[in-house]
Amino acid sequence: MAAWLRRILIVALITLAIAAPLGQGNYIIYVMTSWLVFSVAAMGLNLTLGYAGQISLAQASFMAIGAYTTALLTLAGWHWLAAMPLGVLACFVVGFGLGYPALRVKGHFLAFVTLAFNTLVFLVLRNEEWLTGGTYGLVGIPRPNLGLFSTMRSLPFYYFTLTVTIIAALAMWGIVRSPWGRAFRALRENPIRAESLGVDTRRITLLAFAIGSMYGGLAGALIASLVQFIEPGSFGLAHSLRILLMVAVGGAGYFFGPFLGAGVVILLPEILRFTEGYYLIIYAVLVIVMLIFVPTGMIGMWGRIRDRFIARPVARADLQQGAQLK
Amino acid sequence: MMSQFLQVLLSGLATGSIYALVAIGFALVWQAAQTINFAQGEFVMLPAFLVLVGLNYFDLPLWGALLFGLAMSILILGAAFKKLVVEPILPHGGITLVIATIALGILIRESVKEFYSAEGQPFPSIFPSDPINIFGAVVSLQDILNLVLSLGIVVLLTLFLNRTRTGRCMQATAQNPAVAEILGVDVKRMVLYTFLINAALAALASFLITPVYLAKFSNGETLGLIAFIAAIIGGFNQIRGALVGGLLIGVLDNLVATYVTAEYRAALPLILLILIILVRPQGILGTPEGRAV
Repeated sequence: MAAWLRRILIVALITLAIAAPLGQGNYIIYVMTSWLVFSVAAMGLNLTLGYAGQISLAQASFMAIGAYTTALLTLAGWHWLAAMPLGVLACFVVGFGLGYPALRVKGHFLAFVTLAFNTLVFLVLRNEEWLTGGTYGLVGIPRPNLGLFSTMRSLPFYYFTLTVTIIAALAMWGIVRSPWGRAFRALRENPIRAESLGVDTRRITLLAFAIGSMYGGLAGALIASLVQFIEPGSFGLAHSLRILLMVAVGGAGYFFGPFLGAGVVILLPEILRFTEGYYLIIYAVLVIVMLIFVPTGMIGMWGRIRDRFIARPVARADLQQGAQLK
Repeated sequence: MMSQFLQVLLSGLATGSIYALVAIGFALVWQAAQTINFAQGEFVMLPAFLVLVGLNYFDLPLWGALLFGLAMSILILGAAFKKLVVEPILPHGGITLVIATIALGILIRESVKEFYSAEGQPFPSIFPSDPINIFGAVVSLQDILNLVLSLGIVVLLTLFLNRTRTGRCMQATAQNPAVAEILGVDVKRMVLYTFLINAALAALASFLITPVYLAKFSNGETLGLIAFIAAIIGGFNQIRGALVGGLLIGVLDNLVATYVTAEYRAALPLILLILIILVRPQGILGTPEGRAV
């Protein structure tokens, strides 16, 4: 896409995000806020899945770590802006510790380790009642008060979340564009070539996973304040799978994929409300069908439609695939 | 004291041998088609419901319903899974396929919940559960027969893979499909057989394990995870490995629940998994694959 067109689109989208909730009811604003929160979580997972090519099935438990840390600290009187970084840092440390053994070896070990980790986090949250309140969870989590700007009402909290999301997205943009981010991309395109060009693939993948987990923690810190009530059931494996499907549906490895995917996953239940319990069945079928025909997700679908109508010159298409040395 | 230990050990072996069936299927599919099936747990959950459909809707006798369940499982979870999901998606890459199997798991789980029941259903036991006495340990006959039957299935499967022509062709396909093809093996057919065997193993495991619990749509979550971990602990590329991994997890799980902590028994597989990856990533009986990238 041409740079100027992209810039206009981004400005238009942000304007839309600012204008859309005006005059809407509390419920619609709530849905839009949770779309932003899940976009942040999916953005982090996109770094792990789309850029570094590793599957993490524990994004919901990183949200849990962020949410419980923030909730416990804010309930103890800390300010959200002080509590959130600690939660995010905790996710980085845990992600690093978890990824270190799993990424030592080739294969999808990270998927299994994170799958088991999600169960473990759920157990700890449920069993350690003295800290986490067990199955009753934590209630009455305060929303941040920014001096002149209190976020107790839903509209100010939406704008607060939007600001945090935009900052997080800019940081992600920076990461993906940095030499580091280029190393991620090199890794995804061709790990053998990346390795022979001196990229320490293991360290890069580990960092991608740990940073992706931090975004999960940030999303958790936001959701604790949004819902003001957290319990272990909100961070189960099903939620991790949901975030993973958001990334896949939107388009893994595309910067705007997670926003699109999160939008679809959050809004689809509202649209398909008339189907009642069949919603997840329909959704799962749609995902499988999409993966069969357009494995690159909705953004890939758009690319394919565009290529059909607007022919573009391709320089040396034979070089695009690499030498297929695998 | 000793008799309690023996009791815990035997019932652990019985559950472990059923885990092993699932883990073996998982390892076979991995070897033959490089497919990690994240719906494997649901593959074990579904056949029990197919049997219940046979019993309650077609009024079949128990043996007829079991056969119906087995046949339908092989058809749906073997042939249809291979043709409709794996074959079209595998060329897009392993990660895409993993995501597709995750979606498939959700599809199976939610379909059972919506179309059958969200409540746990009693499932008829194949074997009587009379208690019997072995060296002072009181064990249910069901556990002993489960253990004998699943070990019998593993022995038969090993004989099939090592002693018959088809079995050897399947092994050749798993080791090197290109060379196998050159040597005249019908690689596509062998891969299909692997999927059918996986479905049959999952169905048998389902028939043995469901009477112990209840038939419930969410059974697959834990079962699938345990099967993966058993396969990894034992050694991803060996049938023996998956067997040992399954038995080990079954026994350790029971021991931990009895002697250490019941609240955190579900954490045990994770701890084992991380230990194994740190110490011996190829698994206890596995052979190293020798590449880091």
